[in-house]
Amino acid sequence: MKKIDIGKKILTENEKFALENLLFFAKKKKLCLNIISSPGSGKTTILTRTINELKDKIKIGVIEGDIQTDIDAKRIRATDAPVVQINTEGSCHLSAAQISDALKQLPVDDLDLILIENVGNLVCPSAFDLGESGKIVVLSVPEGDDKPAKYPAIFARSKVLLINKIDLLDGGQVDFDIERAKADARKLNKAIEIFPISARRGDGMANWYDWLVKSVEKSAE
Amino acid sequence: MHETMVAQSLMAIIAEQAAKNNAKPVAAKISCGMLNPVNDEVLRFAFEAIAKDTPCEGVKLQVEHKPIRARCKNCEANFDIELSLPECPKCGGADFELMPDASLILEEIEFQTESHNEKN
Repeated sequence: MKKIDIGKKILTENEKFALENLLFFAKKKKLCLNIISSPGSGKTTILTRTINELKDKIKIGVIEGDIQTDIDAKRIRATDAPVVQINTEGSCHLSAAQISDALKQLPVDDLDLILIENVGNLVCPSAFDLGESGKIVVLSVPEGDDKPAKYPAIFARSKVLLINKIDLLDGGQVDFDIERAKADARKLNKAIEIFPISARRGDGMANWYDWLVKSVEKSAE
Repeated sequence: MHETMVAQSLMAIIAEQAAKNNAKPVAAKISCGMLNPVNDEVLRFAFEAIAKDTPCEGVKLQVEHKPIRARCKNCEANFDIELSLPECPKCGGADFELMPDASLILEEIEFQTESHNEKN
């Protein structure tokens, strides 16, 4: 047997495109956020409400990632925000090359913020940088407060954690200890910003908007 | 589930090295950070599937998961994080900065030596 040391990175193709995207956003002074969560945690509802309520303050464009269909893109289009739908045809995450293509179809110069809604999946998307300025992880209360402990990678890498559907806590139908989720998320990531929200009813959205508007202003400097 | 993409990328490098060394690859060692969600079994399965009928068929994969490194903000010690108890082993501080997770790296390839043409 003969062994040869290689020491070569795998997945360099994705990294190459991610770096290109990162430089693109830096040059254009645009903020780009990659939103990651399990399926059904409310990403699209968060997006549509955010776009509508911040309409007068910031212009948002959206890249929608789904395995199949343009159901989400249609919901975004109803807000009049520019949107590009990517169908991954079975793949469980978006890749940086797909984002690079989608950016050519968005009027980036007219936008302040590009939001990427990744494929619903709490695991794989965390391993693929898209060249975004930051990751936003969404956890909805019916999923359980143990998720930050069980899926640490995405919580360790995100700038913001949105704990969604807190309106469901009112009737006591759902057990979810917000303090436990916060403490577990912060174990690996002291800097993570955590906003409990209800995108359906509107609770807590103002805190998220404040963070978003400030971050957009910082990117534009 | 994204292991197929990893397997493809991995196979491309192994095939390239095999052609360059004119030898049959039999094993490969890869490493990645603990936060990288690569499942060893899924990766082996994906690799086996795409390597069938290629020079990479039969290559055994060994995956090493590297610990997550962190730097304590209190005493500035560098240490490996225990996911079950994330604190500084030196001062017990819980305020630390995570280092970037180790990349997915193909560390080494093992080739069969009974090849007639053994040049490195």
